[in-house]
Amino acid sequence: MFEIIKQNTKIDFLSRAKIFFAISGIFVILSIVLIFTKGFNYGIDFAGGTLVQAKFEKAPELTKIRNAVGQEVGEVVIQNFGNDREVLIRVEKASGNLQEISDNIRLTLTDTFGTEAFDIVRVEQVGPQVGAQLKNKATLAIVYALIGILIYVSLRFEFTYSVGAVIAIFHDVLITLGIFSFLGMEINLPIVAAALTIVGYSLNDTIVVFDRIREKLKAASDKAVLKDIMNKSINETLTRTLLTSGTTLLAVLSLYLFGGEVIKGFAFALLIGVIIGTYSSIGVATSMVFAYKQYKISK
Amino acid sequence: MKYKARWITIIIVLGIGLFYTFPLNRINLGLDLQGGMHVLLGVDTEAAVDAKLDTLTNQLRKELRAQNIKYTYIQKTGDKRISIAMEDAGDLAKVRNIIENNYPILEEVGLGEAKEVVTLGLKKEEVGQIEDYAVEQAAQVIRNRVDQFGVSEPLIQRQGEKNVLVQLPGITEPERAIDLIGKTAQLKFHLVNENVSEQDIERGNIPFGSKILYQKHQDSSGNVTHEIPYVVKKEALLTGDYLVDAEVRISSQFNQPYVWIKFDSAGSKLFEEITAQNIGKRFAIVLDGNVYSAPVIRERIAGGEAQISGNFTMQEARDLAIVLRAGSLPAPVKILENRTVGPSLGKISIQKGFKAAIIGVVLVAAFILVYYRLSGIIADIALLANFILILGFMNFLEATLTLPGIAGLILIVGMSVDANVLIYERIREELRQGRTPINAIESGYEKAMSTIMDANITTFIAAIVLFQFGTGPIKGFAVTLSIGILASLFTAIFVTRTIFLTIFAGKSKTSISI
Repeated sequence: MFEIIKQNTKIDFLSRAKIFFAISGIFVILSIVLIFTKGFNYGIDFAGGTLVQAKFEKAPELTKIRNAVGQEVGEVVIQNFGNDREVLIRVEKASGNLQEISDNIRLTLTDTFGTEAFDIVRVEQVGPQVGAQLKNKATLAIVYALIGILIYVSLRFEFTYSVGAVIAIFHDVLITLGIFSFLGMEINLPIVAAALTIVGYSLNDTIVVFDRIREKLKAASDKAVLKDIMNKSINETLTRTLLTSGTTLLAVLSLYLFGGEVIKGFAFALLIGVIIGTYSSIGVATSMVFAYKQYKISK
Repeated sequence: MKYKARWITIIIVLGIGLFYTFPLNRINLGLDLQGGMHVLLGVDTEAAVDAKLDTLTNQLRKELRAQNIKYTYIQKTGDKRISIAMEDAGDLAKVRNIIENNYPILEEVGLGEAKEVVTLGLKKEEVGQIEDYAVEQAAQVIRNRVDQFGVSEPLIQRQGEKNVLVQLPGITEPERAIDLIGKTAQLKFHLVNENVSEQDIERGNIPFGSKILYQKHQDSSGNVTHEIPYVVKKEALLTGDYLVDAEVRISSQFNQPYVWIKFDSAGSKLFEEITAQNIGKRFAIVLDGNVYSAPVIRERIAGGEAQISGNFTMQEARDLAIVLRAGSLPAPVKILENRTVGPSLGKISIQKGFKAAIIGVVLVAAFILVYYRLSGIIADIALLANFILILGFMNFLEATLTLPGIAGLILIVGMSVDANVLIYERIREELRQGRTPINAIESGYEKAMSTIMDANITTFIAAIVLFQFGTGPIKGFAVTLSIGILASLFTAIFVTRTIFLTIFAGKSKTSISI
């Protein structure tokens, strides 16, 4: 039999609860600080603006495009997208009307490079009004999803466990957002969808461990020590946790590597979300419940 | 055969899945995969209200003239009001009478101290109706234009109070489409006031009742090179509302395309009268505030035909004819959101998405096979069945597949394997405790069940919320995710269990490859 984790593995996770709390605490605080100081690189979905993706016959000089487009249309960012023949032109904080901005970019590129030299493969434009609407919708989506999941968890588990699961969820989302802030990666609609999926996924992991603890508690004698039961539950589900994270990571990694530039940010969010979610089900959710129960016993 | 009912269920479900999977042509590709345009237009409803006030002002002026009521001025004021200044305050009763009987949408909102200036405004509910009608009509006109442009399966839909959503799948010339649907196309004919000197024009010294409009000249790439100003009478004598037809024709003289237009009978009569009364004067043809040409009227023109020329390319002339035929927008529209994906990028996205999906599936399947051996094969069969069900479902529902939707498929692969991992790990544990394979299988499935349900329900909640709040591509993600969850519950639990039971039940097998 092929096994990742040897039978009867007994890692004492819960004695290390304080270390987990320290690590998680530091990351959460860092993330919050980053979110409030550095903030997010909102994509045009939320900030409004124009994004033009052009594919050139030959790799163009970015400075040439930069000079040609100029800064009159707004704050312009020009960068390669995936390879040196594809260029992404992003205009933010533009005041003019959207059609003029995209026409303007098209005309400028035609004047500079000629009609045949490039092909505009994607244009995305979001006016300030729609941007605000989308932001509102995304916020509502997150709130409703969290409420729905909270209700479900609190119906299924006793209160202490629900709290542990919820703290783990916030932990995951905060750190994922913190990493996005740190790397300056764009927050757009797909990232919000990824964040919600992470919430579902992370909870999934937590539930597996909690289910096992509950099952063991039911069968346990009065003398059994809570710490041993919880540790045993984590160890018994550890193979499954690692296997599932492994297969999911394999799938998401292939999406990240082969899925193309457009979906890369989305795949990246899932990738880090899966890793953090796997850790938090043990390091945060279970450890929290354990620490709280210990605290109550000691009182 | 044992477990007949189970196998019949599986055969029926998978059969239906397969039946609906082929041919795989009902799944709609989202705009991000097939290429296309998604544009949200905001209708400038205030302009529609303004235009209505203009029309009312002109009508009132004619009416007062016809009734011999003398006035110093009738004009629209900036705050959406109409002021009438009578020469004789004694006419107030008459004016009030006219308003009450013939203009029920107006109401008196103010009266000058000497009772000679009456201020009128639109009733509040009328304003709402004008705005509503403008949006409705804009959607209708855009639909007409798109129909003539020739796009398969366009979607034109009113959205919210003031917006119109236009989706044009597979479009190859997005710029042209935007010009076509976004053009207000209000055609107006104004008499040119030629008594104004160039210096006066430069100084902006324009007689009362006139305004300056420009004729724009463009170079081949669309840059405006120079503008010629025209002073025209403010009031349009004739508008595009009287148009019944527009066509592209080629002038034999210059071999240049122009747009030929035809008025209805009322318009023809009007056109004949105007030309008869203004021989020798110039008549500016104005489209959306730009002068296209300003020919001199040489004679009375009967028959109601005219031509718009203006250095058009063939395509510009053709598009202008389409737009004129389809009618003008009641008010200008503004692009609020535009997401356009070219067909080439869509194709690449499909290729890359499927490449990633196949690699992901193969990697996961291989991993499971190595790890669980023969039982891994059973899990992999479930994975395959899962894919057939998802595709069949989506085909049946005519669901939309988007790029995030493909990502959802990949994610589902990872997650549906989770159910099998949970079950198999349980079976291994039971085996370690010395149970027989069939016992271990039975209790493995039983004990893993509640965990699997919990895990799937939480993800399902997230998917439902995403479907509710997501836009286009994200909705596609939610669709594949939720369909995938349902399908995987059937394949990863029911199908694999049936296979296990068929192999092990009732036999005294002592080993299991897991």
